[in-house]
Amino acid sequence: MAEETKAPSAPAESSSSPAPSESHGHGHRPGPRGPRPGGGPGGGGGREGGRKYFRRKKVCKFCVEKIESINYKDVRLLAQFVAESGKIVPRRLTGVCTPHQRRLSSAIKQARNIALLPFAGRAN
Amino acid sequence: MNRTYEVMFIVRPDMAEEDLDKLISTLETAVSGTGGTVKSVEKMGKRRLAYTVGRFHDGVYVLLTVEGGGGLIHELERRLRVTEPVIKFLTVRIDEEQKRLDKIKKIREARKKPAPAPAATPEGGETAAVTV
Repeated sequence: MAEETKAPSAPAESSSSPAPSESHGHGHRPGPRGPRPGGGPGGGGGREGGRKYFRRKKVCKFCVEKIESINYKDVRLLAQFVAESGKIVPRRLTGVCTPHQRRLSSAIKQARNIALLPFAGRAN
Repeated sequence: MNRTYEVMFIVRPDMAEEDLDKLISTLETAVSGTGGTVKSVEKMGKRRLAYTVGRFHDGVYVLLTVEGGGGLIHELERRLRVTEPVIKFLTVRIDEEQKRLDKIKKIREARKKPAPAPAATPEGGETAAVTV
């Protein structure tokens, strides 16, 4: 039993050992350096926890549909990115890319100022 | 220094139509008086406000596109502030955004057109890079 438990742990150790030994000169740096190559191709955080579920890749609506102008007058578009409470929905939930989120949030704020969108709570 | 601005303002819903027209025409004369030009006036009609402003739940939205310098906007906003039936206004500078949009449009058209023309080589290279 003891041998069996040892056997699986040994390869794992051996596979991880080269990375720290390579970067010994950097002191305690190997930690962040090691996981990065492994984490990249792995894709999605689903693997780390051992749970295997399919998570749909979020894409930026503005990039995909090639919407260039994010205007404060376009309430229907902006309303898709405002929660029911009136908050701007964060990027990590909507998948909007950074440059577009920046324009989006400023457009929403302009729309709020002219009473097209609510500051808090539902419109109407 | 010519810039393009969009001035959106809301007037109270119980205002008479002819009073609104009069207000808009006075604003127009104010714009031309300070050395600007009115490019367009759009009455967007009555809309429900997202929140109560003063004691109003509705408002008549008017969009004014003007061209001119900052002094013009200063004067225009002062007038809007003084005018009682105007309950809210917002000024947005739009020329730079328009410039950006025109640029993107141009790039897109340029990319579309040369596909069958001799300039097909750069596109081919691009697709090759994507597949690799």
